[in-house]
Amino acid sequence: MKYFNPEELLSFLKENLPETILDSNILTRKAGVKQEEFHQIWLEVKKERFRDTVKMLMSLQFPHIAIIAGNDTGESVDLTYLFSIFYGEKFKEISLNIKVSLDREKPSIESITDLIPGAQTTEREIKEMFGVEFVGLPEMRNIFLPEDFPKNIFPFRKDQKGLDELVQKES
Amino acid sequence: MSKTTYKIPIGPIHPSLEEPMTFNFEIAGERIQSVDLLPGDNHRGIEFMGRNRNIVQIIYLAERICGICSASHPFAFCRAVENAAGIEVPPRAEYIRVVIAELERIHSHILWAGVAALELGFSSLLYLSWKVREEVLDLLELLTGNRINYGIFMIGGVRRDITEEHIPRIRKTLEYYKDAYQTLEDVFLKDPSIALRTKGVGILTYEQALKLASVGPTARASGVKKDVRQDQPYSAYADLDIKAITPDVFSGEVNGDVYDRIIVRVLEVFQSVQIIEQCINNLPEGDIVSEPKLAKLLGTLKKAKGEGVGRHEAPRGEVIHYVKLNESENPEVWKARAPTYNNLMPWMPMLENQEVADIPIVIASIDPCIGCMDRVTLVDSQTNKKEVLTREELIKLSVAKTRRILK
Repeated sequence: MKYFNPEELLSFLKENLPETILDSNILTRKAGVKQEEFHQIWLEVKKERFRDTVKMLMSLQFPHIAIIAGNDTGESVDLTYLFSIFYGEKFKEISLNIKVSLDREKPSIESITDLIPGAQTTEREIKEMFGVEFVGLPEMRNIFLPEDFPKNIFPFRKDQKGLDELVQKES
Repeated sequence: MSKTTYKIPIGPIHPSLEEPMTFNFEIAGERIQSVDLLPGDNHRGIEFMGRNRNIVQIIYLAERICGICSASHPFAFCRAVENAAGIEVPPRAEYIRVVIAELERIHSHILWAGVAALELGFSSLLYLSWKVREEVLDLLELLTGNRINYGIFMIGGVRRDITEEHIPRIRKTLEYYKDAYQTLEDVFLKDPSIALRTKGVGILTYEQALKLASVGPTARASGVKKDVRQDQPYSAYADLDIKAITPDVFSGEVNGDVYDRIIVRVLEVFQSVQIIEQCINNLPEGDIVSEPKLAKLLGTLKKAKGEGVGRHEAPRGEVIHYVKLNESENPEVWKARAPTYNNLMPWMPMLENQEVADIPIVIASIDPCIGCMDRVTLVDSQTNKKEVLTREELIKLSVAKTRRILK
């Protein structure tokens, strides 16, 4: 397996995925007395091309998915997939954070659980907390919310203010 | 398969539990056919609470995500904010952070070893392990003021210094653990009855560990060389030489079973001792926090804009925090992920085709919260009769199996 540095990884993705990357940024920070550098790459990709991006990463090394962070901005639901790649060697690993912006009225994206089965837990969490539809997700039950939780309430959307409101809506 | 959810009568808040959860097993005779995991009984909405708090207040909230990992979550959170806002941490603070985090690893792994021994029916080993663990808790109390929830992390550094008077006391503890390590190795790794109960049990293959995104000792025991301290070193780890520990170092082979997970954890206790030793030998001089005035720090954070990810290798695996700052008092997004979250899915292949009596040790082998398996539903697929086993009954079954083997 060939290890890439962050610039190489970014140009590899840009070359092989035309019309996919909307925005990219490499964040470099230093650690320790020796001031060694470590890197985080932030990408924003088109929703339709997200699956291809993951497939492209898989051709390099099986990417580790940490979690999906959701953000309801009021206009859109933004998902940030936190990946890490090139693990196994000192200083080689790169954190790769891929943002996808979804329509707030009907947020929907293709599931990646067939590529990375470990993504199931986090996709289920985002589904129930933000109301995002993952097309192809094999397990549709709630994971953290109770089964009888109201189906049209998504607690981590910004218009939900807390328990009082939820209780009132239900009763 | 039964799809009934059971409310677990432990929690919602208890210092030693991360999340109570339900397991539904489908059993054929004595073997598990499949398992259904139902977490969420202890979802406290901590990230939601974080929306109404400022960054410094969130540190203390993050600390209370878990009582055992109470250095790991604030460590990862502080790093996320520092990465987002571009705050530099003084080298001395980086070293103190690592000392505290590694002391936590020692106490967490030894606590786990005791629990695992209890699941197998060796109560005396539980008492031995937890007695050994007291030493590090006393040291943590001396250094931070608290046995758990240390309250030592701050954005841009730490809140308490390690002084000259502390150093001999830390060395004494390190010597104590060097001696104790031999005992731990003898009782856990060289004992034939523990090997009989754990070898070939709860296997997670390399492929499965990779595909199910497992982390920490669970992944390393299956041969995945993944450790944030090695892959993307941060703080003082960047100056040290750390290698991810896989079981082949000790036994020469990787099986991915419960025994291998014990090997990884016992060896990591020794690794932590070495890390702390290097840290206190090379402790740099200087400040312990980049901005000691809290009001000024909050003012800076209020003006900060950007996203950051903070990662830390907690005892159970990688902890990752994501923070988005947007020029306001509260963060726009705060997402925290504990290692057990990623180790949920690997439970399924581990538990499949295991005996009912092996459930406790397999579940405990990823080091989850102890109360997770408080109640288990068993469906006998031949008679379709449902019965609920309590934790005590399950432990009885497990203990009985150990006794049978020893006879």
